[in-house]
Amino acid sequence: MLARLATLLGSLAVSSVVVFAFMQVLPGDPARVALGLNASEEAVAAMRSHFGLDRPLLVRYLDWVGGLVSGNPGESYISRAQIGPQLADRFAVTAWLVLAGMVIALLIALPLGVLMAVRHRDAVGLVTSAVSQIGVAIPSFLAGILLIAVFAVGLRWLPAGGWTPPAVDPAAFLARLALPALSLGLVQGAVLARYVRTAILDVMSEDYVRTARSKGLTPLRALWRHGLRNAAIPVVTVLALQLATLLIGAVVVERVFVVPGLGSFLLDAVAQRDLVVVADIVMVLVVCVLVVNTLADLAYGLLDPRTRGVR
Amino acid sequence: MSAGPGAGVDLGGPGPEGVDPASRPPGAIRDRRLSPTLLVGAVLVGLVVVGAAVSYVWTPYDPVRVDATARLLPFSAEHWFGTDRFGRDVFSRVLVGARTTLLVGVVSVGLAAAVGVPLGILAGMTRGILPTLIMRACDLLLAFPALLLAIMFGAVFGGSTLTAMVAIGIATIPSFVRVVRAGTLQVMSTEYVLAARAAGRMRPAIAWRHVLPNVSGVVIVQASVSFAIAVLAEAALSFLGFGTPPPTPSWGRMLQEAQPLLFLAPRIAVVPGVAVALAVLGFNLLGDGLRDVLDPRTREIR
Repeated sequence: MLARLATLLGSLAVSSVVVFAFMQVLPGDPARVALGLNASEEAVAAMRSHFGLDRPLLVRYLDWVGGLVSGNPGESYISRAQIGPQLADRFAVTAWLVLAGMVIALLIALPLGVLMAVRHRDAVGLVTSAVSQIGVAIPSFLAGILLIAVFAVGLRWLPAGGWTPPAVDPAAFLARLALPALSLGLVQGAVLARYVRTAILDVMSEDYVRTARSKGLTPLRALWRHGLRNAAIPVVTVLALQLATLLIGAVVVERVFVVPGLGSFLLDAVAQRDLVVVADIVMVLVVCVLVVNTLADLAYGLLDPRTRGVR
Repeated sequence: MSAGPGAGVDLGGPGPEGVDPASRPPGAIRDRRLSPTLLVGAVLVGLVVVGAAVSYVWTPYDPVRVDATARLLPFSAEHWFGTDRFGRDVFSRVLVGARTTLLVGVVSVGLAAAVGVPLGILAGMTRGILPTLIMRACDLLLAFPALLLAIMFGAVFGGSTLTAMVAIGIATIPSFVRVVRAGTLQVMSTEYVLAARAAGRMRPAIAWRHVLPNVSGVVIVQASVSFAIAVLAEAALSFLGFGTPPPTPSWGRMLQEAQPLLFLAPRIAVVPGVAVALAVLGFNLLGDGLRDVLDPRTREIR
C-alpha cells in the first residue's frame, strides 16, 4: 500500500517534469509569442517579469508545481484570467460526462457480458458477440455524430449539443447530458462487455464453479454465488483503464456536442497557444489517470487476497 | 486470401521481418483451418489496402476538385457516395483517405514496434535495474494516452500527419514492451535456451535466434490490435483538426466537415464513418484471428 503510494508520487513527479519540459520546447519567448510580433520591448519585459518568465527554469517549475498542489494553477498568458476557477468548472462538466458514460457502460456491459458468456455456444452468444465487436470499432465521436443524426435531427427528441448545469435546470441538464454520455457509454460498454465475457468464461471453467454445479446449482446461480467475485478482478482492472479512455474520449465528444468541459478548454487553449493552460489541463488529466490506476491496483488486492503483499 | 494483405501492412519495424517461416511456433503450421474471424478481418483489411492502392492509379473524380454546380448531391450512378458541400466526390475522397489511414497506422505501429520490441526483449533478458527502469517508463507513458500526447504535440509543434504519427507511435510503445517482455521471459525459461547458453551462445545471438522468432507471433497480433487503435486515434485527431491538414482527404476530417451538415445531409457523415468503423473492425478481427493461430497458449478447448 505504502509502496504503491510512493510509486504514484514518483510517477506524478516525473510526469509533471515531462509536461513542464514539453512546454519549454516551443521555440521563442512565450511572452513574445503571447503578445504578438508588434509588441514593444517594454511590454514584453513587463510580461516576462509579471509571469516570472525571467527566473531560472527550476524556480519556474517549482513555482508551477507548487501552485498546482496548493490549488492555484496560475494565470493565463493570453486572457490574464486566473485559471483555477475555470478549471474547476470545466472539470465538473467533464466529470458528469465521464461518470454518466461509465454508468451507461456498466449497465450495458454486465448483462451483455454475462449473456455472451452463458450462451457462448449458441446463436444468441454469436449475435451479441458480433454486435459488441462492431460497437468496439465505432469511435465515440462517431457514435456522437450518429446519435445526433438520429435523436436530434431525425426524431427531434433531444438537443444536438450545449450544456446546462444541473443546479440551473435539472431536466435540461439531463436532456443535454444524455447524448454525449450515451456516445461515451455505448462504445465503452461494448469494449467492457467483451472483458466481462472472457472473465466469466474463465471462472466458469474453474473447479469451484464446477463443484457448485455438481451440487445442483444452475449455471447462473453457481456464477452468482461463487464466480462473480473472481470474475470481478480482471474487470475492475479494465474498468480503471476504461476510465482513462473515457476521460480522453470526453475531450473529443465535448467538441462534437459543444460541451464546455475540460476537453473544449484544452482544445481552445491549444488553438490560442496558451501554454500554461494547456500544461495545467494536461496535468489534471494525467493525475486522474494515474490516481485511477493506483486505485485499481489497490482494489485488486482487496478483491483477490492472494495478490496481497506480493507487490 | 488468407492473412496476406493485412500481415503485409502490419509488419512494421525490425522485429517480425527477420523471421524465417520455418521457425514459427508449431501452432502456425498445425492449424490450417481458416477461422471466420480471421477471414472477415483479412477481407476488411484487404478492402482498405486495395482501396488505398487503387486510389494511386484511379479515382472516379479528382478528390480535391471543387465543383460549385455539384454540391451535396445524393448517392447516384455518377457519384456513388454523393458529393460534399464543395461538390467534391465523396467516393474518391474515401479512397484517398484510406491512404492517410494506412500511412498513419503503418508508421506509428512501425515506430512503436521498432522501439518496443528491442526494449521488451532487453527487459526480459536482463536483470537488475534495467528492466525495472524500462517497465517504470512504460507505466509512466501509459498515463499519456495517444490522443493527449498528440494534442500536446499539436500545441507545441502544430498539428500535422507527422506529429499525429509520432504521438500515436510513442503512446503505443508500452503495449509492445509488455507483450514482448512477457514472451521473452517465457522463452528464456525453456530448455533450448538453457542448451544454447550451455553451448556458449552469446546473449545477442540467443535473442536473435530463439527469442525473436518466438515472440514474433505476439508481436504480429499486437501490431494488428495497435493498428486498430491507431486508426481510431488518427480519425479522432483529424476530427479535432490535429491530424492531416487540408486539402488531403482523411476520414476523420471528412466527419468533422460533415457534422455541421447533419441537419441538411446526414449521409455525408455515414460514408467516412462506416469506413473508419470497418477498418477498425477489420484490424481487430484480424488481430483476434491471428492470435488464435499464432499464439497456441490462448487457444481454448471450449
